[in-house]
Amino acid sequence: MEIGLVHYLSVSAVLFGLGLFTVMTRKNAVGILLGVELILNAAALNFVAFEHFIAGGISGQVFTVFIIVLAASEAAIALAIVLQVYRGHRSIMADRLTALKN
Amino acid sequence: MPPLSVVAFLALAALTLGSAGIVAFSKNIIHSTLALLGTFMGIAGLYITLSADFLAATQILVYVGGTLTLILFAVMLTSRIEDMKISNPSSGVAAAFGIIAVTLLVLGKVATETNWPSESKPAVPSTAKLGHAFLGEYLLPFEVGSVVLLAAMIGSVVLARRAVKRTWEKG
Repeated sequence: MEIGLVHYLSVSAVLFGLGLFTVMTRKNAVGILLGVELILNAAALNFVAFEHFIAGGISGQVFTVFIIVLAASEAAIALAIVLQVYRGHRSIMADRLTALKN
Repeated sequence: MPPLSVVAFLALAALTLGSAGIVAFSKNIIHSTLALLGTFMGIAGLYITLSADFLAATQILVYVGGTLTLILFAVMLTSRIEDMKISNPSSGVAAAFGIIAVTLLVLGKVATETNWPSESKPAVPSTAKLGHAFLGEYLLPFEVGSVVLLAAMIGSVVLARRAVKRTWEKG
């Protein structure tokens, strides 16, 4: 048995599925954010795997670095919003947040 | 006895997907967040097997050291300790299972039926090439990325602070 591209693609696809499941079913806003992180990691793994096995060069890793940068800034902004919502509503369950104001 | 690279890949894939399963199915938000640590570590290991050593170090520094700590802070600040037992409820599980089964079927069909070039390549360090790419071909996106990080930092500080009204702001 030899590890090839298709094995990395399967790991990444299952990871994406679990992330999508988390985003779709969670009610806790932080839980939804965890699912987004899983999806971003699955995409980054795909970039690196395709670069290693097919494309050659370095561009896949460059895109992965940009994914990491954007994921970090996205997490910081999203958590700041979550904190502010918690201050206003005393809850961060997504199905209970129905008002945009007050 | 399978070769060491196969064993390493299988162990890392099991670590990644097992922890991701806990993230997706745990009822306790703290367990979900801590299981994310295993996923990030497993992905970092998979990067090493794909000859992306710099990315593995970055993954651990940024995700484990930064993002995960930030998420843990947010969990601690927004959940009451007494209802920690079911702090992460879920709904619509059956519909989500259906949609994800269809998605994975399509992805699996594409991945298995395409003829990928199958030669395996040796893992070589790539940090120097990455540095040259960032200071040459990708210089402008690199600088724009730093501006994005600065904007996100200022924005999250402004969003997360407590709104304090000074006396001269009232009225």
